[in-house]
Amino acid sequence: MSTKPAVETRPAERWLRRAAAVPYLWLLLFFLAPFLIILKISVAEPVIAQPPFTALLAWGERGFEGIRATFENYAFLFQDGYYGIIYLSSLKMAAVGTVLCLLLGYPMAYYIARQPPRRRNILLLAVILPFWISFLLRVYAWIGLLNNRGVINEALIWLGVIDQPIQLLYNDFAVYLGIVYSYLPFMILPLYANLERHDRNLLDAAADLGARRNRAFLDVTLPLSMPGIIGGCLLVFIPAVGEFTIPALLGGADTLMIGRVLWDEFFVSRDWPVASAVSVVLLLLLIAPILWFQRIQAREQAVAR
Amino acid sequence: MNRRPVWLITVVAFGYALLYVPIVSVVIYSFNDSRLVTLWGGFSLRWYASLLSNRELMESALLSLRIAVVSATFATALGAIVALALQRLSRLRGRVLLSGMIAAPLVMPEIITGLSLLFLFISMADLVGWPASRGATTITIAHITFSMAFVVVVVRARLVAMDESLEEAAMDLGGRPVPVFFDITVPMLMPALISGWLLAFTLSLDDLVISSFVSGPGATTLPMYIFAKVRLGVTPDINAITTIIIALVAVAVATAALVSSRRGQTG
Amino acid sequence: MVQIRDLSKQFGVVTAVDRVSLDIHKGELFAILGSSGCGKTTLLRMLAGFEQPTAGQILIDGVDMTDVPPYERPVNLMFQSYALFPHMTVEQNVAYGLKKEGVVTARIRERVGEMLALVKLEALSGRKPDKLSGGEKQRVALARALVKRPKLLLLDEPLAALDRKLREHTQFELANLQYQLGTTFVVVTHDQDEAMTLACRIAVMAEGRIAQVGTPGEVYEYPASRYVASFVGNINLIEGVVTTSVDGRLSLRSDALGADLAVATDERLAPGSPVSVAVRPEKITISRQGPDGNDRNVLKGTVWDLAYFGDQSLYRVRLQSGAVLQVSAQNLRRSAKLTVEWDDEVFLSWDVASTVLLQS
Repeated sequence: MSTKPAVETRPAERWLRRAAAVPYLWLLLFFLAPFLIILKISVAEPVIAQPPFTALLAWGERGFEGIRATFENYAFLFQDGYYGIIYLSSLKMAAVGTVLCLLLGYPMAYYIARQPPRRRNILLLAVILPFWISFLLRVYAWIGLLNNRGVINEALIWLGVIDQPIQLLYNDFAVYLGIVYSYLPFMILPLYANLERHDRNLLDAAADLGARRNRAFLDVTLPLSMPGIIGGCLLVFIPAVGEFTIPALLGGADTLMIGRVLWDEFFVSRDWPVASAVSVVLLLLLIAPILWFQRIQAREQAVAR
Repeated sequence: MNRRPVWLITVVAFGYALLYVPIVSVVIYSFNDSRLVTLWGGFSLRWYASLLSNRELMESALLSLRIAVVSATFATALGAIVALALQRLSRLRGRVLLSGMIAAPLVMPEIITGLSLLFLFISMADLVGWPASRGATTITIAHITFSMAFVVVVVRARLVAMDESLEEAAMDLGGRPVPVFFDITVPMLMPALISGWLLAFTLSLDDLVISSFVSGPGATTLPMYIFAKVRLGVTPDINAITTIIIALVAVAVATAALVSSRRGQTG
Repeated sequence: MVQIRDLSKQFGVVTAVDRVSLDIHKGELFAILGSSGCGKTTLLRMLAGFEQPTAGQILIDGVDMTDVPPYERPVNLMFQSYALFPHMTVEQNVAYGLKKEGVVTARIRERVGEMLALVKLEALSGRKPDKLSGGEKQRVALARALVKRPKLLLLDEPLAALDRKLREHTQFELANLQYQLGTTFVVVTHDQDEAMTLACRIAVMAEGRIAQVGTPGEVYEYPASRYVASFVGNINLIEGVVTTSVDGRLSLRSDALGADLAVATDERLAPGSPVSVAVRPEKITISRQGPDGNDRNVLKGTVWDLAYFGDQSLYRVRLQSGAVLQVSAQNLRRSAKLTVEWDDEVFLSWDVASTVLLQS
């Protein structure tokens, strides 16, 4: 534990504190304030005007007339269960995608963590490299591979496995594939960071005490890697719930994801208050996982300190 | 414990294949003379040629690059300050709020970020007259805001691993706090600052959703252009641009690897 | 030259340094010895300026330095981890302090060159720290601190990271360097060998307080307390009750040892009062024949355990009362056979003047 010398670095601390005000204010204005605004718009009425919603505070001839708020938009959301289904579907698809991502990512992270340093770095680089290439373009690349006359179908037909092309694109399967594909690095990196820190001797100690290899894994490695697992899953799940690009490019008409609905609600039907309400509900759904994620982040910082 | 089970290696191989098969296929088909993906029409560079004559595409690419450079630079500067403040200041007013605001963008669905920022810009235009029109500036502001969070993660990781006694040693030798910051702290942080910048650059260059929301007429970024085209199906010239980007990234990575290994040698 | 007056440091409810007062003379090599957690590192950091004392004063050459920041003190610190700047070469590292002083570039080069020659590192001036060995890094750290010609050089566990052979070699080098330069050195260490061989004077520290200050000889042969006696070197501690106390000689009865012992001392204590004495293992003679010489304490026992070190042997002898005494003896005769073996009946004897009377 070290205490900061009070006298000497005070000028430096003061400097840093003043400098920190800039990003602080920036975030307050460009990150926090927008949320408050969305909240405000979600309780407004849509009108044919620019901007297409009513103001929160009504000003009349006699000044401040009161707050005009309505929960109509929220009522509308829960009315026919349509949105409810979409939220649930989004949560489901994100969850399944996350699990699939974990099933593929964990073995990979585990394998990489056990390699000698040089090979490790190359393997890690190979995982991160695709990330530097446009996300959009990589998702798009799957279109060419998955469509009915795409490479995969043609290959399967040529191999004789099937004789008609199977529907691989514009359905839930393609979306799962897209999620796993796009978010794999986000799953692998936290897992790897955790696994890499494990003391190699722990497994030897377990073996020495009589545990067979699988047992040692379940009893030692898995529990210790839990923070990495949770971190990776949250890092994938939370953004995946609101994902737009993947369902837009790879999903079908019946692939229900809230991100896409939100986009359509906004750009197509131009109903801003409803779009806001949709966002607020989505945010409420994600608050618990987001707070959980922040707790883990904070704990990782504390551990590393 | 040295023999890896076969199934583990198979899964790992599958994972890497998954990551690279689409990339490889796009590269191959960018040279395909035929429009159809499965029909190999012969080796051709026509799609590359068509790129050059595509004014819209070129303009959007340039716009994206400009925005990416500016936003990456600001995001790195601001993010570095936040990382230093969170890590080094023992008492900080509003620390919890700051930590929250800097962690949330990491996971926030882009849709929400984009929509909320758009509403902010509209309200601001209403209240104070600025921004009068949305475009490159608003996109840049949006990108800075969410990239900052990623820069903080990278810089903080490096700060945590940094030996504080180095700065103490510098002060002991007569360095006052501000010169010590520039003599010691910044050089030690440089790798993190650079990777933070690159990360912010990539995130900005790649962003579709947020740009779509906060942009205005006349400001089309590269992802926005590509998305509009791609929604209609596979277009071979997109293969060409993907290959170009892949080549650029490969060159950049190779250069970085060479530079860092050469630095290690002359030590 | 350095005066520490009633210095204290609290971290919340923990008192790390408790009213420490010390005088360190100009040009001496002073050691602060203590186990981990005793507060010696905190004391060092306060001297360097990295911790603000909760109470007390630090004066260097009469000037109150208590509130002076580290970059304004004529004090330099050699860190335990060396803290070499990894992005600078050896030469740039050593030059850093001079640059901050504003010394002219030509002069910097001269002085850095001199210092590197002094620590024999001229050949490595262009290297970066990651290409240096542990010993070389240490010399760079030393050169970097000394090139500024500080009034006081603080060394934090200087020999801790070195292997045995290098440690012995470096010990001599450090002592030589200090003698040549005449700078006041203060070494903080948990290793008593280090403290004893390097220092002119030692302060033994425990639980934030100074237990004893003296030359190595004084601390070793005349420990002020039970703590110091057992901390520095090996010792046999004996409790007893005073039987007689006359001029120059104190007798006591120890039930634990089942014997009467004598101490040569001018102290007078009331008969019947409890007393603690001690005798160092090397002061005790062990032999199979009876003791020779007068005025010695004599005990009989059986060799319970022995450790052979080559140059000496360490014996644990069990007395009839059950108590065990440690005895060490040089192996003066060249023989692979042991002169005294397990289960041998032996006589232990020591001069009454070798018994130490402990104060607390």
